[in-house]
Amino acid sequence: MNDLSSAIAQALGMLLHWDAGLLRIVGLSLRVSLTAVGVAALVGLPLGAALAVARFPGRGAVMAVLNALMGLPPVLCGLLVYLLLSRSGPLGAWGLLFTPTAMVVAQAALIMPILAALSCQLLRSLWEEYAEQLRSFGLSRLGAVPTLLWEGRVGLTTVLLAGFGRAAAEVGAVMIVGGNIEGYTRVMTTAIALETSKGDLPLAIALGLVLMLVVFGVNALAMALRGWADRSGH
Amino acid sequence: MIRADNLSFAAGGVPIIRDVSFALDPDGPTLILGPNGAGKSVLLRLLHGLLEPDAGQVRAPGPQAMVFQRPVLLRRSVLANVLFPLRGPDARARAEQALALVGLQAMAHRPARRLSGGEQQRLALARAAAQRPAILFLDEPCAALDPAATRAVEEIIRHLAAAGTRIVMTSHDLGQARRLAGEVLFLHQGRLLEHTPATEFFAAPRSPEAAAFLRGELLWAPGA
Ligand SMILES: Nc1ncnc2c1ncn2[C@@H]1O[C@H](COP(=O)(O)OP(=O)(O)O)[C@@H](O)[C@H]1O
Ligand SMILES: [Mg+2]
Repeated sequence: MNDLSSAIAQALGMLLHWDAGLLRIVGLSLRVSLTAVGVAALVGLPLGAALAVARFPGRGAVMAVLNALMGLPPVLCGLLVYLLLSRSGPLGAWGLLFTPTAMVVAQAALIMPILAALSCQLLRSLWEEYAEQLRSFGLSRLGAVPTLLWEGRVGLTTVLLAGFGRAAAEVGAVMIVGGNIEGYTRVMTTAIALETSKGDLPLAIALGLVLMLVVFGVNALAMALRGWADRSGH
Repeated sequence: MIRADNLSFAAGGVPIIRDVSFALDPDGPTLILGPNGAGKSVLLRLLHGLLEPDAGQVRAPGPQAMVFQRPVLLRRSVLANVLFPLRGPDARARAEQALALVGLQAMAHRPARRLSGGEQQRLALARAAAQRPAILFLDEPCAALDPAATRAVEEIIRHLAAAGTRIVMTSHDLGQARRLAGEVLFLHQGRLLEHTPATEFFAAPRSPEAAAFLRGELLWAPGA
């Protein structure tokens, strides 16, 4: 009990004094997960939009695969990216394993299906609402995609926030492809896992508090955005 | 100028428009009347090209615009909604002129989807009018509006018709049909039973179905 309260006191001390090691870990976490969301969005949003408006044989199968991939366990995703990037793997020559770039790749692969499936669902209901009117204006299905993305901007932002929350909170994928190397690939979740198992609780608790703040902050932002959108007619 | 030749349309094997032919009077407005489910909305969509007929053909010149029963507004300002389908250097001037026509110029910068039902329908009309269509299709433009908003919309329709826009619309409101119609197409179970000048249609309908409809005894069609 004494140990625990002194660990908490030390954790708060690290937070209050902006401990350099702690800041570096938090900074890398945010950088990796934000970049992963950006990369995943570049693929996932256009894919979701195209799936929302397009009619082609096999559309249902693509949707089923995306939905299945939404539940892919992070460790499995990490393992797949590891095999891809390991020295003997197809992309081994790039030398990316155990770098922050590998962590971005793994998290982007993890959340891309989430962004695509959620944005497809959102844009499909918008498409049902707008299809006839946009065709009356002379727009084709694909020509309507930029309009749909803009009309769905509020919902899509909450989709991106959900993706960021998932990326920042996962531990399995970045652990496998990043290797939790101190000062280089150590992020909040891998540090918490390692420090806790080593019995070094202060850093784990401090990082846990920051991670909780990030996750709650993302949720609060999403809720605030929805509230604002409802009030302002978006 | 607007023709349909042996037009047929089915959905899921159920015939909805059955072998309909007509050539509309050059003046109009044309009111498509008939009980609920007669096929009025489907016919408008066929004429506007939103649906492909299974047989027969439509000839209707462009440019065309359509206002739907429930106005479909973008999540943008009132002005941005009118500007959306417009191209060219005079887009802004045309949009502002159209907003003035429907009395919404003071609300140009309000979010469109916060407007009242009547204002939303007037905005949809302004957006259609700003496209300067030769033909304007209106599907029950006053279905969800109170009497005052209905009168405002009718006034706008009359103005557009007088300015040379060919109006083709549906309505379930017989009073409105009497006030606006130049000619009437009476549909029943997907068939065109009458195509007559409005004065004739309301004074002496030829088919027993139209007579029953005018007496208010035929509000919806029994299974087609
Ligand atoms: N896309 C569709 N698929 C199947 N049935 C349809 C479709 N659109 C309309 N219908 C049916 O066609 C008939 C005519 O519809 P509609 O033109 O909307 O009637 P109304 O005269 O009331 O406007 C109705 O029975 C309706 O249920
Ligand atoms: Mg209808």
